[in-house]
Amino acid sequence: MQITINGDERQIDDGLTLAQLVSQLKMNPKFIAVERNREVVPRAEHVTCTLEENDQLEIVTLVGGG
Amino acid sequence: MSTATINDKPFNLGTHTLSSRLIVGTGKYSSFDLMQESLEASGSEVITVAVRRERLIDSEGRNLLDYIDLDRYTILPNTAGCFNADDAIRVARLGREILEGLENPGANWVKVEVLGDKRTLLPDPIGTLAATEQLVKDGFQVLCYTTDDPITAKRLKDAGATSVMPAGSPIGSGQGILNPNNIRICLEYLKENDPDYPVIVDAGVGCASDVAMAMELGCDGVLLNTGIAGAKDCVTMAHAMRHACIAGRLSYLSGRIPKKLYATASSPTEGVISASK
Repeated sequence: MQITINGDERQIDDGLTLAQLVSQLKMNPKFIAVERNREVVPRAEHVTCTLEENDQLEIVTLVGGG
Repeated sequence: MSTATINDKPFNLGTHTLSSRLIVGTGKYSSFDLMQESLEASGSEVITVAVRRERLIDSEGRNLLDYIDLDRYTILPNTAGCFNADDAIRVARLGREILEGLENPGANWVKVEVLGDKRTLLPDPIGTLAATEQLVKDGFQVLCYTTDDPITAKRLKDAGATSVMPAGSPIGSGQGILNPNNIRICLEYLKENDPDYPVIVDAGVGCASDVAMAMELGCDGVLLNTGIAGAKDCVTMAHAMRHACIAGRLSYLSGRIPKKLYATASSPTEGVISASK
């Protein structure tokens, strides 16, 4: 199925959880936060959050800034 | 003389008690190593960061967080790059989510920036006020980047801002404090019947004397990034900024002499040898 991650369309497996996706993307889960369809998904819920077709994800981290 | 011997109140910024009145940014450094060294030299306990999309493909896989001692620094996440209140609120919530996961004390605050346009990066006062109102409701301690306009500053405080942070001049411009009188009025309004209300000059600081000036005006702290990160020798400039912050604060506390038009001799006027003809 298709979802959008940080503005890019991506094909992912049906039934994938957010935690599984983060792992597939090789991101350090401690360093990121995820917004799904404009709502923050708390870290503790990543393992139970099953992604759905057309989900819009923003996956962010901290960078240098003033 | 060590600062420990100076009779100064602790700097309370919301629920945070700080020994350094200088807050520094982590942006624009040419390397993480240089950033680390500069942060150390600045003596700051609070450092600002931005929230950005994680890159999906990263050749080096390095993250800012690999280079920051989270036990030492309190992170102040900003909402830089947001041009409306809704985006600033989303970014603030995302930043909090990361910092809660990292168990950093900075999870309970945010530096709100809602900008008006990309050319000036001047704050949008209406958007800033709207974001502040919502984030205060959400339980954030909101540190507001704003213009040096005293009325806007007052409105932000009334909306529940933990600190109002007027710009000395536009972000990264290095122009210093362009309108000290506005900062004076901001201080007067914000501290009326509330002398400990924290006011921080944020943005525009180019060199150490700008920091000292902000502190001598009676500001509680200074937040800067480019002044250090953009200097030819970042680490030495970080030392300079740290000293200037302390010097300015002590100068303010000491009570300066009034300015007078004519001279007053420092040396005795009596006992001078007879003048040559």
